[in-house]
Amino acid sequence: MNNNQQLIKTSLYDLHIEHGARMVSFAGYELPIQYKGIVAEHNHTREQASLFDVSHMGQIIIKGEDFASTAKALEAIIPANIIDLEQGDMRYSVLLNENGGIIDDLIITRPTDEQASDGTIFIVVNGATKANDFKFMQENLAKEIEISFEKNKSLLALQGPKAASVLSRFSDIGEKLSFMQSDATSIKGIKCNISRSGYTGEDGFEISLNDKDASKLANTLLDEQEAEFAGLGARDSLRLEAGLCLYGHDMNEKIDPISASIIFAIGKHRRLEGGFIGDKKIQNILKDGAKQKRAGIIFEGRMPVREGAKLVDEQGNEIGNITSGTFSPILQKPIAMGYLPIKRAKIGTKITAIVRNKQVNGEIVRMPFVANNYVRAFSG
Amino acid sequence: MKYTSEHEYVKTEGDIGTIGISDYAQNQLGDIVFVELPEVGKAFNKGDEIAVIESVKAASELYAPISGTITQINEQLDIEPALVNSSPEDKGWIFKIKLNNASELDDLMDEEAYASHIG
Repeated sequence: MNNNQQLIKTSLYDLHIEHGARMVSFAGYELPIQYKGIVAEHNHTREQASLFDVSHMGQIIIKGEDFASTAKALEAIIPANIIDLEQGDMRYSVLLNENGGIIDDLIITRPTDEQASDGTIFIVVNGATKANDFKFMQENLAKEIEISFEKNKSLLALQGPKAASVLSRFSDIGEKLSFMQSDATSIKGIKCNISRSGYTGEDGFEISLNDKDASKLANTLLDEQEAEFAGLGARDSLRLEAGLCLYGHDMNEKIDPISASIIFAIGKHRRLEGGFIGDKKIQNILKDGAKQKRAGIIFEGRMPVREGAKLVDEQGNEIGNITSGTFSPILQKPIAMGYLPIKRAKIGTKITAIVRNKQVNGEIVRMPFVANNYVRAFSG
Repeated sequence: MKYTSEHEYVKTEGDIGTIGISDYAQNQLGDIVFVELPEVGKAFNKGDEIAVIESVKAASELYAPISGTITQINEQLDIEPALVNSSPEDKGWIFKIKLNNASELDDLMDEEAYASHIG
């Protein structure tokens, strides 16, 4: 980022300051890293409900003549199964380059009639990559598909085991949505699109609404006893415990989704049929097997093993590296994700990391590190 | 009590200095989850990297504010690193050092100068 480039303030900027936020530069925005403290906010999210301002994320709309034609156009560039989405259903996927490397990860929503007219698809992408993603889609989507960013929209996330009960005091939408479903509702007269999704491993909701209403909605939610603000610091430690990838760290343009252990981002029949950007490479990797794999590691002791730490074999040869790591507030142990050769990435395998020239012993474990609490009550 | 511009303090009794980080520093770092302590008996020159403090978010190096030899480390921090947050200038001290050259203390800030340094 250019130093003289002005950081963007979200609609909740004043409210963050009022709540004692420590602001940092992130993805071109000025965002709260923490309020009271990362660990307190982390634990609050696991026990109660936390409100995150994620307005930096890119909210993109694509529109074609009808759902089938927009879905078909989107399937021509991304590997997910879109055509079979029901109204209100969401799907996690990736943008790939010709080499099968991940340009970004994203969430696609087929809106309900209450949310948008037929032929519209919503896409949420990462903040730091949204300009590139937009350009990539613009260049690669069929000409007749219109693409635009949502204008003047904020995005808030209410996450935690009490999120549904907080929301239920204002709207019955929580009773209608299962994990990865979305619909429109109104809270105290404020129109919003709400999805049951998030990035913490907890039950929760993401709320897209007009900038002008964001403070009012945030205050409404924060007035509830269980709800408090949480910042980017807690968001990162929560997603790590949940075993979720962070773009630019755990995946990038040189890593394919099979190596990244997110093969679910590729629709089952699409693995066979192809027809998306990067399909040949992906099919080859599926046939030959990936050489490396993203694995979860728990280390002994208390010293965090962070991004960039080398992973070594018994002889001290470098065989992999850590892409994200922290001290888990819930497990009270260092947790990390990293890339290792397939045969070294099996659950239960011992591994050694090097931190400041010292060896730290760990073991490959199944992710998530902390169990997910998604609500799938209504799924078929 | 004397302070460095890197927010460490030195509390001296005779030729022994007790070193830790200031309340301002612990607040800036946030939740401290691990402190890598130096070895007792090891000698350091002023400015050498001597310890590492890790918060949830990042690792921060601690540099020797004065030259000397480590006489004691706060082993309680191995079990309870958060003492650096809750009691930075008392129970959360990090190590004690036998001063080589007490005149190095003259280069450090007194409490008033430090207060204006952190603004």
